[in-house]
Amino acid sequence: MSGVRVLVGTRKGAFILSSDGKREKWDVSGPHFAGWEIYHMKGSPADPNRLYASQTSGWFGQILQRSSDGGKTWETPGGEKMPAPGEMPSGASNKFVYDTSAATGKPLTTHQWYDGTQHPWEFKRVWHLEPSFNDPDTVYAGVEDAAMFRTTDGAKSWHELSGLRGHGTGPKWQPGAGGMCLHTIVLDPSNPQRIFIAISAAGTFRTDDGGKTWKPINQGLRSQYIPDPKAEVGHCVHRIAMHRSRPGVLFMQKHWDVMRSDNAGDLWREVSGNLPTDFGFVIDVHAHEPETIYVVPIKSDSEHFPPEGKLRVYRSKIGGNEWEALTKGLPQSNCYVNVLRDAMAVDSLDKCGVYFGTTGGQVYASADAGDSWAPIVRDLPAVLSVEVQTLA
Amino acid sequence: MIRVELPAHLRTLAHVEGDVQLEVQGQVTQRSVLDALEARYPMLRGTIRDHVTQERRPFLRFFACQEDLSHEPPDAPLPEPVASGAEPFMIIGAIAGG
Repeated sequence: MSGVRVLVGTRKGAFILSSDGKREKWDVSGPHFAGWEIYHMKGSPADPNRLYASQTSGWFGQILQRSSDGGKTWETPGGEKMPAPGEMPSGASNKFVYDTSAATGKPLTTHQWYDGTQHPWEFKRVWHLEPSFNDPDTVYAGVEDAAMFRTTDGAKSWHELSGLRGHGTGPKWQPGAGGMCLHTIVLDPSNPQRIFIAISAAGTFRTDDGGKTWKPINQGLRSQYIPDPKAEVGHCVHRIAMHRSRPGVLFMQKHWDVMRSDNAGDLWREVSGNLPTDFGFVIDVHAHEPETIYVVPIKSDSEHFPPEGKLRVYRSKIGGNEWEALTKGLPQSNCYVNVLRDAMAVDSLDKCGVYFGTTGGQVYASADAGDSWAPIVRDLPAVLSVEVQTLA
Repeated sequence: MIRVELPAHLRTLAHVEGDVQLEVQGQVTQRSVLDALEARYPMLRGTIRDHVTQERRPFLRFFACQEDLSHEPPDAPLPEPVASGAEPFMIIGAIAGG
């Protein structure tokens, strides 16, 4: 019988929520890594029992965890082997070292600091893990300060795809309020050489050669604080999403504005339409209907909660512009939570399941594509990320 | 045998309970103790010292024998009671946050 596994990262640990295909009764396991921030947890499409988790702490830094049994047990890759006397330990799963210039040996580039001065890159944490479609040992990591890393040995070692930082616009990138993070990685299922990523606040970038070279794809974005309407970088993109069957169509929740592109990011147009506010963080696409998309409008950049205290998911069935509020089962008064950028996901059952987590610790699920909602759990720590695995 | 006291989260990460006991070759210093600790528990690499600079992470301090040793040179000898195992080398996380 089919089932789903919802992977929830929170401010104080990871939780795994499991159900059969009806998605009515849920088992909750956790907290895993209690007390640590779990920025993201995601399963491998090639092996659903292979999970990766980004575990971080202001005290102890970055840890990478890996499970090979669907989250029952975990290990720090490379840290499991006891070195022989005199042998150096092999554990480097949490080692993210930026490339330097091959010519000078010096840092590749600097970025803009909050005050406009240039600042060196400093690794802080892994925001997002994106396992490859066909190899459980290959995973991409989006990190803060913004850069892209890849492992091909199951997270024992990581290497930067430094063409992203090195292509020339790095000195214009700047941190958003949450830091300068590479938070979104979208792999093209039809073309293994093509990857899309998004950085706050630099914008969206695309590689067509597997990560060697990158180009900014931000034309059509308008940001109030950037006077140049053709600015190549500097946009605070919060999230991008794609449907597997249409890899050239991208949807974006920008700081303000919901956008779409029909040419793989070369040009964007606004599709905010009748949304009550077009500020927000999440955006996702229905598993079976590539023009059905979901957002959760947030009041403003200075008031990160739903407008009027009503938690509403908005759905467009025509790829934007015309939106309907989905409210059944969601609190419609006195609700002042936020839904962070990695905290929405869909399953691929029929009907499509939609899930999102809030900073108030609720994880809501809809087993009918958003028509109605119910909380799976209500009182977790603040939710940072939600991913779903559809299990055969 | 050197005794090292870890913060709770690092004990969990290293799958240990109570003090860690280590054999340290040569002079007992912060560096030699931490090298031995990371060799015995590879998953702790990067959690106490930065992977590249080897500097102590900012929210951690080192104490022993009622003294704050955080700013002592990494190759300075640790107090004799630590070297003899009578007193633990303590790695303490800042009391901050929630």
